[in-house]
Amino acid sequence: MGEQKDRPGLNVTRRAALAGMAGAAGTILVRSVDGQDVQASSDRLWVPDDPTKVLGTWSSVYGERSPFENVLRLKTPTGTASWTPLQSLHGTITPAALHFERHHAGVPRIDPDRHRLIIHGMVERPMTFTLKELKRFPAVSRVCFVECSGNLYRDAPEDTTPQRLCGLTSQNEWTGVMLSTLLREVGVDPDASWLLAEGADAAVLTRSIPKYLWNEAMIVYAQNGEAVRPSNGYPIRLLNPGCEGNSSVKWLRRIEVGDAPFMTREETAKYTEPLRSGGARQFSLVMDARSVITYPSYPATVERGWIEIQGIAWSGRGRIARAEVSTDGGQSWQPARLQEPVLPKAHTRFRHLFNWDGKETVISSRAIDETGYVQPTREAFLEVRGAGAIPYHNNPITGWRLKAGGDVVYRVEEWA
Amino acid sequence: MRHDHRRRTAILLVATCASLAFVPAAADEAAAPKRFGFGRVATPEEIAAWDIDVPPDGSGLPAGSGSVAEGKPIYAAKCAVCHGRTGVEGPNDRLVARPGEGFPTGASPDSWTSRTIGNYWPYATTVFDYIRRSMPQNLPGSLQDDEVYALTAYLLFLNRIVPEDAVMNADTLMDIRMPAQGNFRTDDRLDYLEVH
Repeated sequence: MGEQKDRPGLNVTRRAALAGMAGAAGTILVRSVDGQDVQASSDRLWVPDDPTKVLGTWSSVYGERSPFENVLRLKTPTGTASWTPLQSLHGTITPAALHFERHHAGVPRIDPDRHRLIIHGMVERPMTFTLKELKRFPAVSRVCFVECSGNLYRDAPEDTTPQRLCGLTSQNEWTGVMLSTLLREVGVDPDASWLLAEGADAAVLTRSIPKYLWNEAMIVYAQNGEAVRPSNGYPIRLLNPGCEGNSSVKWLRRIEVGDAPFMTREETAKYTEPLRSGGARQFSLVMDARSVITYPSYPATVERGWIEIQGIAWSGRGRIARAEVSTDGGQSWQPARLQEPVLPKAHTRFRHLFNWDGKETVISSRAIDETGYVQPTREAFLEVRGAGAIPYHNNPITGWRLKAGGDVVYRVEEWA
Repeated sequence: MRHDHRRRTAILLVATCASLAFVPAAADEAAAPKRFGFGRVATPEEIAAWDIDVPPDGSGLPAGSGSVAEGKPIYAAKCAVCHGRTGVEGPNDRLVARPGEGFPTGASPDSWTSRTIGNYWPYATTVFDYIRRSMPQNLPGSLQDDEVYALTAYLLFLNRIVPEDAVMNADTLMDIRMPAQGNFRTDDRLDYLEVH
């Protein structure tokens, strides 16, 4: 403990925690009980030898995690995306602060009192709603995943974590009003079949939403019980459960009801998939079934003996029916235990006990959803989509190699 | 057979699941009124201020026009820094197709970087819509409609879709058929139980 031992009553501040987790020894600021920021060594976070012998800190108005906890999102150098640390999470709910981000022109700063949602087009009454008015409608909460369609690092090397491999998926409880409630309010033309959702960010991002999604769609203002985070659409976003995240337009300000797709840049030039057989697939919104083992995975190390393999499985088509685990490189598969409740279009945690004999092997998982859809192997995927296919809606089985010494690395896949 | 399609079964299953789809009850439906009366009617002015989308039927195209010649200096001043001097150098998205560069397929060596306005964008109206709503990235929404028409004309010219003397406006833009149009098909994955 060194000299810090002589400084009882110091709270480690957020800045201190950040400095501490950077791992750099040096000087950091900590806040004393009387509110003074003082310098201390960052070699390790100070703790009393016996917490029962030192008075604790009092209540706070907004909670923070333990300074010993340093799990973070991983972000791109340009800051257009950040990945959820799947390997560090438990259960199925992603902390809002760790929900993945993807945005096309930054996170806008929006005053909730000035924000409006306009619904117009093929409706009886074009209407405008404030956030306060939206909250007067009957509310609904739903737990579901949101996943970016580009959620696979294809050319991942051995030192790849689940976060970097496929951390563009997160799960929260979302609360808001059903889109159908608002569409009834404005009186949608029965001949309407598409709507345009538009965001209030600098991209003024737009997506066309087909009618078959309208029944499940929500306009949400809350995420895990508190206001939607700015990076996830504050103050309101569209939520299309089970669909590619880009369609759940954030910072929603306008809905135009029509009878044809609007052919925005996102759904023509971007979120479409050239096929091996020629042409490109468009409006491929639903996310296919997928799974990933989150433990053990890189950079974990394991010992021979019992290992509880864990992971998550999910499908935009509905509930997960089965998650299967292979511990022999995909030669045989055993059903894993699913953590209840198994919700539709939701991350479902699976666990499987494995008595490792210490010999090198590959562990992998595959998801089967309630429609009978089976998560494909990379080979089957490539045969259909093609080696040069765009990494949108790529959901192949992936695995981790348990090396004889206990190191765990990503099983590198050959994509070309 | 390369894939075990089981297509008919899949359709039945998907249909069943759709009917059982989890749709949270919004309220006691019996008690819910036809309308709650929250919010207010949007004025035509409010709608017009935000209704900037231009779908393929051209319904949102504004008055004004711009030529290839007018677009060239605007491109050099406001676009080239991200998209390159001739629209191919980057660092951001390549905008211009190479001569003869066709529609990328999943068998293309790199379909990700092969998608340009000339070989991948199916509608010229989308070029106008996107430039007007989002570009340039450092000053989004700053271009006048005439400038957007001019940039659209210039980019279509660089892609060899319009001649050098072309002028784009609400009428001429609608005459353009993009090379990529017709290459897109609506998603059919849900008809299948395997990767498709």
